[in-house]
Amino acid sequence: MTPAVVAAPAGSDWGGVFAQFLLLSLLSIGGAISTVPEMHRYLVDQHHWLSNDQFSAMVAIAQAAPGPNLLFVAVLGWGIGGAVGMLVTMIGILLPSTTLTLAAARWGETRRHTRGVQAFVTGLAPLTVGLVLSSGFLLGKPAYGNPWLLATMAATVALCVRWKISPLWLIAAGGLVGGLVT
Amino acid sequence: MSPDTPLAPDAAALPAADESPGTPPAATVTIEDAGAPSVLDDESPRTPQSPAEIFRVFTRLALQGFGGVLPIVQHELVERERWLTREQFLELLAVSQVLPGPNVVNLSLMFGDRAFGWRGGLAALGGMLLAPLGVVLALTVAYAHCAQQPVVAGVLRGMGAVAAGLIMGTGIKLLPALRKNVLGPVLAFTFAALMFACIALLRIPLAWMLGGLGAVACTLAWRRLAP
Repeated sequence: MTPAVVAAPAGSDWGGVFAQFLLLSLLSIGGAISTVPEMHRYLVDQHHWLSNDQFSAMVAIAQAAPGPNLLFVAVLGWGIGGAVGMLVTMIGILLPSTTLTLAAARWGETRRHTRGVQAFVTGLAPLTVGLVLSSGFLLGKPAYGNPWLLATMAATVALCVRWKISPLWLIAAGGLVGGLVT
Repeated sequence: MSPDTPLAPDAAALPAADESPGTPPAATVTIEDAGAPSVLDDESPRTPQSPAEIFRVFTRLALQGFGGVLPIVQHELVERERWLTREQFLELLAVSQVLPGPNVVNLSLMFGDRAFGWRGGLAALGGMLLAPLGVVLALTVAYAHCAQQPVVAGVLRGMGAVAAGLIMGTGIKLLPALRKNVLGPVLAFTFAALMFACIALLRIPLAWMLGGLGAVACTLAWRRLAP
């Protein structure tokens, strides 16, 4: 979706993007979803490289495809700068966390039973939940002006909280509603 | 992407605590002589034969992962390939949740690394990411060609609304897990609400929040965990 970009980062900005994603990698405790608010703040609010609509559409595309949810980072990178953007964001988001994981795994997993690690994990748990809710709220932005989309989002929340339905069906239903009424 | 990732709140509730802390998780190759009975002890776990095999299996499982790879990883590695016992899988999962980075990616990396060192880690990571990356980019390019069509834009908006709802739902489903948090329900819910207000509404950078509120929460947890 490169053509739809409002203003792509200039050459000198790629260093900044790379640094931002390196930092995000280290902050992504609790999974890739917890970095959505920060990416939204950086790409949409701060730099205006993507609109709310584009940001949500890109995450939706990644969600409709198979594979780990981390891949929305690749789609966002592709969106702001094609193949270069994808490499910058993906290497940025993967490099620190994979290095750290390998080092920590070899250093000894037994330490996760220690008081320090337990305090770290349980202390961050409430913040992680707050981050996941924030991600949902921010991705829903394009829906808030449209009663049909808002109803679709609310129905999704209700359905997936109460029953185990494959997300694929819900996304297909959402696409149908979106195609018919918006 | 999907709300599949097991999030940190569950980490403390994982039944990992009942294992003796001194025992490092057995590498897949040494399980036979570990002597400990496991749920699958009548079917001794197998080992991957080569990094190429790891790459193949991880590609296969990643491509099945619509709306969540983790259940597929568990099914393929524990039940189908029997490369891990259920205990070993939980062990790997718990560690991957403590570390930054996507949990499924961390888990793949550690699994591959244990089997064949960094070559195995790279094979697992590549298997997990490369083929799905191709699929998702093909979808992106296809979308770019028809994004101007109102119907396509509408479909994507509808899908986006569902994606947002799914993630919101995941967050809501995690809330009850906070009741068991060592901080106590009141404090835990307050921290979650503060985080939502600061991140979603006030748009405060994540690093500040983790450095400030995160440090406070971890310190409190540290005190409550006093032996």
